[in-house]
Amino acid sequence: MTDAQINDDQGTKADAQEQAILSAECVCKEFAVKGKPPVQALQDISLHALKGRVTGLVGADGAGKTTLIRIAAGLLVPTSGRVTLLGLDSVADSLEIQSRIGYMPQKFGLYQDLTVIENMELYADLQGVPGAERAHRYDRLLSMTDLAKYTKRRAGALSGGMKQKLGLACALIKSPELLLLDEPTVGVDPISRRELWKIVYELVEQDNIGVFVSTAYLDEAERCSYVLVLHQGKLLAEGNPESFTGRMKDRVSLVVPAQADRPRHIYTRLVGSRGIVDATIRSGRVRVVREDTSETQLAAALDGMHAKIEPAEPNFEDAFMALIPQTEGHFQVGRGEGEGAGKMQGSNDDIVVNTRELCKLFGDFQAVKKLSFSVNRGEIFGLLGPNGAGKSTTFRMLCGLLPATSGEISVAGHNLLRSGAKARARLGYMAQQFSLYGQLSTLENLSFFGKVYGLSGKRLKQRINWAFDEFGLGQWRDKAAFALPGGYKQRLAMAAALLHEPDILFLDEPTSGVDPFARREFWLRINSFAEQGVTVVVTTHFMEEAEYCDRMLIMSQGETLAMGTPAEIRDLVRSPQNPRPTMDDAFIGLAEGTVDKTSIAAGTAGNEEMAQGDLS
Amino acid sequence: MILFLMRMRGILKKEALQILRDPSSIALALVMPLLLLFIFGYGVNLDAEHVPIAIVSDDRGEMAQDLIARFELSPHFELYQVKSELEAESLILSRDVDAIVRLQDDFSSQLLRGTQAPVQLIVNGIDANRARLIQGYVRNIVNNWSRMRQERGEAGAGPPVSVSQRIWFNEGAESRNFMIPGLITLIMTLIGILLTALVIAREWERGTMEAMLVTPLRRVDILLGKIIPYYILGMLGMGMSVVVAVTVFQVPFRGSITALLLLSSLFMLASLGFGLLLSAAIRIQFVAAQISIVAGFLPAFFLSGLIFDLDSTPPVIQIVSHIVPAKYFVTISHTLFMAGDIWSVLLPNGLVLAAMAVIFLGLAYRKISKRLEG
Amino acid sequence: MQALRRILALVIKEFVTILKDPKSRFVIIGPPIIQFFVFGYAATYDLENVRYAVFDESRSVLSRQLLSKVEGAGMFRLSGYLDDDKQLTESINSEEARLVIHIGPEFEKKLRSSQPVEVQVIADGRNPNVALIALGYFGTIVEQFNRELMQQGVVQRDGPALQLVERSWFNGNLRSRWFIVSALGGIISMVVVIILTSLSVSREREFGTFDQLLVAPFTPLEILIGKSLPGIVFGMLDALIFSAGAVYWFSVPFRGTVTALVVALLCFLITIVGVGLLVSSLSMTMQQGLLGSFLFIMPAVTLSGLATPIENMPLWLQRADLINPVQYIIIALRNIFLEGADLSMTWPYLWPLLLIASVTLPLSAWLFRHRAV
Repeated sequence: MTDAQINDDQGTKADAQEQAILSAECVCKEFAVKGKPPVQALQDISLHALKGRVTGLVGADGAGKTTLIRIAAGLLVPTSGRVTLLGLDSVADSLEIQSRIGYMPQKFGLYQDLTVIENMELYADLQGVPGAERAHRYDRLLSMTDLAKYTKRRAGALSGGMKQKLGLACALIKSPELLLLDEPTVGVDPISRRELWKIVYELVEQDNIGVFVSTAYLDEAERCSYVLVLHQGKLLAEGNPESFTGRMKDRVSLVVPAQADRPRHIYTRLVGSRGIVDATIRSGRVRVVREDTSETQLAAALDGMHAKIEPAEPNFEDAFMALIPQTEGHFQVGRGEGEGAGKMQGSNDDIVVNTRELCKLFGDFQAVKKLSFSVNRGEIFGLLGPNGAGKSTTFRMLCGLLPATSGEISVAGHNLLRSGAKARARLGYMAQQFSLYGQLSTLENLSFFGKVYGLSGKRLKQRINWAFDEFGLGQWRDKAAFALPGGYKQRLAMAAALLHEPDILFLDEPTSGVDPFARREFWLRINSFAEQGVTVVVTTHFMEEAEYCDRMLIMSQGETLAMGTPAEIRDLVRSPQNPRPTMDDAFIGLAEGTVDKTSIAAGTAGNEEMAQGDLS
Repeated sequence: MILFLMRMRGILKKEALQILRDPSSIALALVMPLLLLFIFGYGVNLDAEHVPIAIVSDDRGEMAQDLIARFELSPHFELYQVKSELEAESLILSRDVDAIVRLQDDFSSQLLRGTQAPVQLIVNGIDANRARLIQGYVRNIVNNWSRMRQERGEAGAGPPVSVSQRIWFNEGAESRNFMIPGLITLIMTLIGILLTALVIAREWERGTMEAMLVTPLRRVDILLGKIIPYYILGMLGMGMSVVVAVTVFQVPFRGSITALLLLSSLFMLASLGFGLLLSAAIRIQFVAAQISIVAGFLPAFFLSGLIFDLDSTPPVIQIVSHIVPAKYFVTISHTLFMAGDIWSVLLPNGLVLAAMAVIFLGLAYRKISKRLEG
Repeated sequence: MQALRRILALVIKEFVTILKDPKSRFVIIGPPIIQFFVFGYAATYDLENVRYAVFDESRSVLSRQLLSKVEGAGMFRLSGYLDDDKQLTESINSEEARLVIHIGPEFEKKLRSSQPVEVQVIADGRNPNVALIALGYFGTIVEQFNRELMQQGVVQRDGPALQLVERSWFNGNLRSRWFIVSALGGIISMVVVIILTSLSVSREREFGTFDQLLVAPFTPLEILIGKSLPGIVFGMLDALIFSAGAVYWFSVPFRGTVTALVVALLCFLITIVGVGLLVSSLSMTMQQGLLGSFLFIMPAVTLSGLATPIENMPLWLQRADLINPVQYIIIALRNIFLEGADLSMTWPYLWPLLLIASVTLPLSAWLFRHRAV
């Protein structure tokens, strides 16, 4: 089933080719690696993208999405096969193509020192947009992207979402016939993501252009009119989103936990069980994708738990998870490993992390404004918000990496900036981008961090072996850390942070830049540590990950938007129109000010969802 | 054609704004040259003045005192009169003086008798160059004194053959006149190679290069878009240095502005070509900085005749120096400043620079690719 | 005990990182060797092959005798004979000759009739140092020639009553290569150490691992020691190798004690590590670290007395130069190599180094944690 071609949407082959604005025929791409066999980035890819449609390219990291888009843009030459755009060959006619398409690379090439309007003028000059058309064109793009107010601001000073919108505006400067977008929404907050998609659809409808977009956000695939799934350089499946979700009919359930149970418990139990392809926590329930339509195995896995099973509408993510071949030993986490369990001292009512009226100024810029919160022992506490919200600043102040301008901080009774080295010994810290020593091997990294935290001799050996087993790092033992695949880097970073069995774990954006699989695995692990009594403070810009936290704080522009359990936060935006809001909805509602934030502080939410939440 | 001009306008405006708004470009292009000019102008000086020397003389005779007075009057020396040889030696060991001049007790009487009257000079030879200069100064004082005595008729005829020496172009033999014109070469190298390589590597690192490649820019556009702004920046740096050299440091400028502009343009283009060639291959700022220092800056410093005379180096180094553009421009710059428009020097060196500019820029053009690989 | 173990772990990590990273390896191996040979061979004031031209209007036995002495001196290389003043001007202008010896038509006749004659020498002042030294050398050749004339009895005259007897200590033949090469170990190891240390913190900052260190139970002192040791060790290795190279390859005498050499280098390297770490703690990226070290190296080396004497600088600059650590090690190294200094004789140059280190090291340790992001 994995290689299935789902072609019920497409008409006859000849018909498709006529309309095709981009087509690839048997494209292969190899990258030479010194001293090793070449890496097969793309293998025998054939596809078509049509005019007036949004064609999505979906796949995990390293699937070959960027390589394919770069070949289409004329930046890379395929090893074999050919790509035609607008009827032109991507290699031979690249200049002609480049004057007729718009391209937005992953890290869009905005000149940080240039203002918004200067960036647009630059691309207008480069694309040869006639002077008379410009004013009109700028007006339209600026109003579309909502950037009209910021024309004089330098690109470097824009927020992540605004940067992406400006990048898109630059790519659209000369009404292209085809738009190539490489992961345009990475690291962008939900509002900006929604706006970007709105712009793309406006263009498709008004100008009837073709859009070829790659994304790692599976929910975005559903917004495309046609989806191609890439996996490890191969085209795994294609079709319209409905054809994907249609196959999942009757294979998706929601498990609603009974009052006393946290969804987390059920989730931990279900993951990796026989017959279960995927499990996630969504809106306080556990979403389960089964291997087949029968519910028996799910029921068996849930044996002894008070949980209701409800059928659910399948979505693209479910289909994707079912489609991608699961690697061996993927979800081996937290099974039969009880070493740290139960040894944490103190009751769960202890306040481990506490801040009051925390402020941080950088010059005139208020990065954090009057932040107050506390975290109890054994809790998973999330700091959420888009890039630039002040999450990392808050986080760095907590860890003692940055002095606060005013306010109080205490972590396990200490201010880490001032207190001695001893106070830091019980902490685990995992920095953004999995800060490892790239040149050192996996073993050397682990042994270094172990020794730093006072492990030695037998104990060190024992813990390193534990890390190899627990995180499946054994095969990478002598490999330099920079050469590890993204997911394993994350595992190694986490292993290093956990080697000395810390009481408190600080994790800064642990899931950014890793694919959906690694993210699922990561949260599973975090859950199992929290079950053992470790306090976890974690930042993320993925709103849906908030579901895994016990409580969280949503930040935007340095301010607290809301704080509470996931259920409480979702309840804020519940309305008759949207009876089951997602975290994204909640964030958008909060950020747009359509919700009364004060209601949370007063703790007025008191309904069915709330009761199921974490007040137990 | 209109499209070409439009593209050029866009890319040039962008480069200009970037240079103006990026502090590190300004630092490298304007602050660094000034810093170097002042360090070299004030700090690097081979002319010795006020050299401390010890004079040992027990001779109270008139002639001895007359000779010592000559030393006292010289701007080159600062005198320490000491009683004994031992004391003088301890001064030289403790580095309080650099040389000892010793007159024997019977210096005056020997001279009167017409027999040999030695003047002994001991220099600290650790700094050989300085020692040689001190020897030269002392020799001049002694020779002048004996010539004066001859003219006054106090002594017999002078030596059969005497030397009349003249130093052309730099009459006072001031090393500043030599250092600063050479330094201008170093400053232009810095802008042409280091800055260019860094800026392009940064475009790769920030991903702006990838976006540029997927526009209808031709390879020529990309090349010109980099050459023109940095050419202007380099020429500004050069102009500023020349002005500072002439006004602040009083270095003579005897050539014509036209020749200076023409030849420095050739040098700038050769350096830029080299810088662009480097950066076409290197996409990481760290590596670009390292390589441009090793392959651009160090040769411009040591293999160009900037401070150390190339003729005196071993043949291997002389051969290597022929591929260093800075070598040709150092010669041109020295000639333009001190000697004037001497085309027998300027023309051959200028032609070599022109050839290098053509070769490097041609290679850079071939190396620039509109693709991400090789 | 715990602290020692932590420091050891950090030190091992630093060594492995430097040795495993091809870029760092290149920094400690490639440029130093190139610099050693380029400095050693190219950085010299000793003249060889000074091109000279002869405009001999006399064409006599005596003039040829004088010219053969010039030829035999070993410093000059004949570029050609000239026939008139125009050629003379042209040969200097075009740099064909840097020195022109002009002997008048009556040279021999005058000499034989005991009349004084002048030999005119014109030097190209575009490189004033070469001009001065070549002229001085030519002067001594003429003096010798005079003596010969009298000894041979060509000229009947008493010898000059006044005679200058020259001697130079420590460096009898006045070879400037000794002067520069003896200090090379210090300069090159400095460049290595500055680049290594200035990158060591900024690299960790750029890759985010520095936060890991700060969150770990390290005291700033422990990080300081861990970060300093590799720089000192590699710097010392480089310095000792190049010192040996100076003695065995470039034949520079070594008259002092090895203890003095090692202690002096150690003091210097501690100071330099302090400077490098300071630059590093101030920079957020490797780029800034590199630029910062460049900004330190340029003036520090230029004003160190390596190539041009500090005494020639204006007084205000000499005062400012007192904080330049490089000048002390250069004096100390020359004392040890050429003057045979022992430890007590080098001490006056070592305590200022330690004084500088006592400012830079604590400051950089403080900055580890207080450099706001």
